[in-house]
Amino acid sequence: MDFRLTVDQRQLQTATRELLAGRFGRERLRAAVDAGGPLDRALWAQLHAAGLFALRAPGASGLGLGLAEAVLVFEEAGRALLPGPLVATELAAALGLVSAADGVAGLVRLPHGRGPLLVEQLPSLDLLLVLDSTAGELRLLEPRVAAAVARPVRGVDPLTPLWELTGPLPPGRPVIGTDTARLWAEGTLLTAALQLGLAARAVESAVGYARQREQFGRPIGAFQAVQHLCADMVGRLEPARVAVRAAAVLLDAGPRLDLAALDPAARAEVAGAKLLADEAAVRGARDCLQIHGGMGFTWEADVQLLLKRAWVWQGGFAGPHECAEELAAQL
Amino acid sequence: MDLSDSPAEAAFRRGLRDWLGKTLPELPPPPDPADWPGRRAYDTGWQRRLHDAGYAGVHWPVEAGGSGATPAEHLIYLEETERAGAPYVGANFVGLLHAGPTIAAEGSPEQRRRYLPPILRGEEIWCQGFSEPGAGSDLAALRTRAVRDGDSYVVSGSKIWTSHAEVADWCELLVRTDPEAPRHHGISWLVLPMDAPGVTVRPLRTLAGTTEFAELFLDEVRVPVGNRVGAENDGWRVTMVTLSFERGTAFAGEVVAGRRTLGRLARLARDNGAWTDGGLRRRIGTLAGEFTALWRLVQWNVSEAGAGGVPGAGASVFKLRFSQARQELYDLAAEVLGSGALLLSEPDGDGAEAWTAEAWTAEAWTAEAWTAEAWTMQRLQGLSYTIAAGTSQIQRDIVARRVLGLPRSGGN
Repeated sequence: MDFRLTVDQRQLQTATRELLAGRFGRERLRAAVDAGGPLDRALWAQLHAAGLFALRAPGASGLGLGLAEAVLVFEEAGRALLPGPLVATELAAALGLVSAADGVAGLVRLPHGRGPLLVEQLPSLDLLLVLDSTAGELRLLEPRVAAAVARPVRGVDPLTPLWELTGPLPPGRPVIGTDTARLWAEGTLLTAALQLGLAARAVESAVGYARQREQFGRPIGAFQAVQHLCADMVGRLEPARVAVRAAAVLLDAGPRLDLAALDPAARAEVAGAKLLADEAAVRGARDCLQIHGGMGFTWEADVQLLLKRAWVWQGGFAGPHECAEELAAQL
Repeated sequence: MDLSDSPAEAAFRRGLRDWLGKTLPELPPPPDPADWPGRRAYDTGWQRRLHDAGYAGVHWPVEAGGSGATPAEHLIYLEETERAGAPYVGANFVGLLHAGPTIAAEGSPEQRRRYLPPILRGEEIWCQGFSEPGAGSDLAALRTRAVRDGDSYVVSGSKIWTSHAEVADWCELLVRTDPEAPRHHGISWLVLPMDAPGVTVRPLRTLAGTTEFAELFLDEVRVPVGNRVGAENDGWRVTMVTLSFERGTAFAGEVVAGRRTLGRLARLARDNGAWTDGGLRRRIGTLAGEFTALWRLVQWNVSEAGAGGVPGAGASVFKLRFSQARQELYDLAAEVLGSGALLLSEPDGDGAEAWTAEAWTAEAWTAEAWTAEAWTMQRLQGLSYTIAAGTSQIQRDIVARRVLGLPRSGGN
């Protein structure tokens, strides 16, 4: 056993962090908030070119890597607060279903949970994956066909424009031989990885502010009440991080398109990882907001973007309710 | 990132499993928890078997008489012994996990020869005389005095939370040898013979009703100067050096136990109908996810330690989360049990005294299903987890300062 990252994995992590800091730094983040609107295809093409979606892709354009590497890269994507259907696009690219140059994919699962059925960036998609969990089938749909039964709605996260699917979806074209349970688990795990990065950014932001903001003649970070909020953020992040990485290693150990049922232990591990990562991100963003005081409540501060995205990703793929039930079922 | 056993680790695991399978059925029945001499005999007997099989001090360096296993093998040892329901380290705890490693690192060759082999063979028991009534989280505030008089120190003061003091042969004792020096620089580390004149042990009763530790009163106890480990006034550093023996494995066995207990709790909830309470069921599921993550955190910390890193901050994060999870486990069990969680005897049992004697044994602990009093006793005893070995507040201080680099406040 050696759970540490390999040299290659560390390099991938560092290179991705540096690349995303350059491509989607704070100025570009705020510009995207101000611009709103459709997906930035130029940025998306840059992400493709950087290999963000090619890690597990088949054929010559693929990098021949696994989920262990994908979760490292997606952690960095989460840290950068990259907008767009990142996870669905990665899953589609791994199945060889979208263009390796600039393809964009969305994903919905049927039947869906409470509330309306929402799709991110519907008109910008090249492909909509419909995961029918009742039939255990993956189907492909033209986004414009889905758009005919959808309407735009205002979403809470300024960087996640949403469409509501109001009518029944046409059946679409089935993809034979896809393990839908595994696909869902992979999407859940990659979303958890995004949450890790977001939670790490929340810690950095909170600690940075606590060092610099002075009240009562000293930095607020010198007060134990603030220190312990920050320590608990780390206390939630670190177990979540190792849980995500371990789940990735376990999923990699199984063959990707194996029709046999996904190992229940691996499924539970994914569920636990998502649950912990959601908690680290959502509560981390909340604590970060609290530490920022009145500034945290403003539109100008980035804290709002952290919290709102954490909420979006918490509902992305398996949410807390589903994960907790999955874990209970394994006991 | 590799979570699987290497060939050497797999061989170690196989060998240990075989040995446990053969040895555990030969063990005598576990003693009554109130029977301290019986507990000492049981724990040292187990240690002797480990020694004879080559598993004593599995984490100790070879030159100290240990087997020099890697941190990963040490983790396998803890995992397999827990899974098999083997006895705990028990009364051997301080010798094997603290005093022994300290002497191995800082003792003279003569001290190592004298003290280490009897620990490994299960012949001598150690206790720890660190905390004092006025020095808990702030250990460096300790006031027990040692005054040099010829070839001896004359030691007076009191210690508290001393586990296994009733049956210990030796005590690793922190004393103040220079009251004028800055507090961390006037402390020395002594080996106190527990049978020396002037040593009084008074058992402390815990809120669980058991006597797991004691107070130690020292009234002009003479300790030979040769019993000092390390230089005079260098005892703080000597104590901290032992932390470098920490390989991220503290509580590793307990995480394995916690996962098994969750399975037991789920069975209980399914049997008594509590499982149909979706909110409760999902909280149990969530806690299962947390225990699995804690196990992964142990593996992570052990991997870092194996590469030469000291998992200081990682250990604090782990301790913080593990102690919370451990308490949550028994709070959830209380919800599953309902009013049964208020009982220390079985509702249909024949006496309220049962738990103090035969009910609460190692056998009960490893059983497939627990009695209500077993759950309740664990809930009570678990209340110490967020206090002992560094309170949760101290762990947060450590994370805030050492991981996040936040400034020292007036209070810490």
